[in-house]
Amino acid sequence: MLDLAAANLLSPIVLSFALGLIAALARSDLSVPEAVAKGLSIYLLFAIGFKGGVAVAEHGVGLSLGLAIGAGVAMSFVLPFIAFGLLRGMSRMGPLDAAAVAAHYGSISIVTFVAGTSVVEAAGFKPEGFMVAVAAAMEAPAILSALWLAARTGKAGGVEPGLWREIMLNGSIVLLIGAFAIGWITGPKGLSEVAPLLVAPFKGVLCLFLLDMGLVAGRGLRGGGKVLDRGAIVFALVMPLIGGAAGAILGAGIGLSTGGIALLAILGASGSYIAVPAAMRVAMPEANPSIYLTLSLGVTFPFNLTIGLPIYLWMAQTVSGG
Amino acid sequence: MLTHKAKRVEITIEAVMEGRLTAALTKAGVTGWTVLPVLGGSGRSGAWSREGQVSRAGGMVQVVCLIRPERLDGLLTAAFAVVERHIGVVSVTDCDVLRAERF
Repeated sequence: MLDLAAANLLSPIVLSFALGLIAALARSDLSVPEAVAKGLSIYLLFAIGFKGGVAVAEHGVGLSLGLAIGAGVAMSFVLPFIAFGLLRGMSRMGPLDAAAVAAHYGSISIVTFVAGTSVVEAAGFKPEGFMVAVAAAMEAPAILSALWLAARTGKAGGVEPGLWREIMLNGSIVLLIGAFAIGWITGPKGLSEVAPLLVAPFKGVLCLFLLDMGLVAGRGLRGGGKVLDRGAIVFALVMPLIGGAAGAILGAGIGLSTGGIALLAILGASGSYIAVPAAMRVAMPEANPSIYLTLSLGVTFPFNLTIGLPIYLWMAQTVSGG
Repeated sequence: MLTHKAKRVEITIEAVMEGRLTAALTKAGVTGWTVLPVLGGSGRSGAWSREGQVSRAGGMVQVVCLIRPERLDGLLTAAFAVVERHIGVVSVTDCDVLRAERF
């Protein structure tokens, strides 16, 4: 596992992220223009979705797709309850903030998933292409769990129909599933037509995107670090390991390949910082966004990217014996 | 030049609430507004900058309405129902406009 960790830490994608993080913490004026960052994320989501669809076209899907989506959705529902219990026990966080944070840890980070796919494939494993669909399915259930938890405090907002439409049809999910469908329909022939754009430059684009994510995470840490107590920070380092272990065990239980198990572990370990914060601002505006954004983006995301990914791959190898 | 008295209402609110606010304004009979991006600022919740926001959840916008004084109460009632629980600022100032029939 140490070899995996060292290889990951010295990979261009992690070093690019580190560059952004250090630049932000050192108060450099380095920045990636907003429109460029948005363009990079559209490229990455389209490429990863397309390639996932092509993999499904090549190898087909069976019961395993349904089982993987079921496992992912179940994890997304259950992990917020574990997160909530841990936060209430480990930190001084109030129930509403704890419920909002818990939602983030049940949902997923698509950037961690993209980086994780890159690491898993670089290690020689070929994950199931449909894991892209599992990622999309895991975005929303955690929000329901968190709303239920928050409702017990009497401060949660009502769940308006418009909110669900925004969550289910947010740009990331539409792009990911749409590209997945295009890849599935057009198959390897379709991929060969667009490979010069979607395959060769992928890692380079991921480096630039993670440079920007490093800048964002660093600025978040600089500004939001003071709202966190030590217990909350420990939580943000422990909770991904719990989610990762849950994903690895479930993945092995439903018979995924080692690469697929690793990706389910990565999904379980990651915390949302795009879809869920938006939902929380609408449904629980009294919860402090500095707390949940700093934890998921400033602490858990860097942890997962640098140390977590090799750990989840090691977990997958351990439970699959591969 | 002939000018007419009007009210300028500025509502600075989280970007995720923009659609809800403009829908409420429409429902209240407000026919025009301008949405402006907000670059950053500082308030009760601390300093904030658009730079480094990873999603719309962290962004803010400003909705500006110019209306006739007699329509102010209806607008504020509609806006308040949306912004009451959220971070943001609502301010009203007097202003003069040309072409009163447009408001």
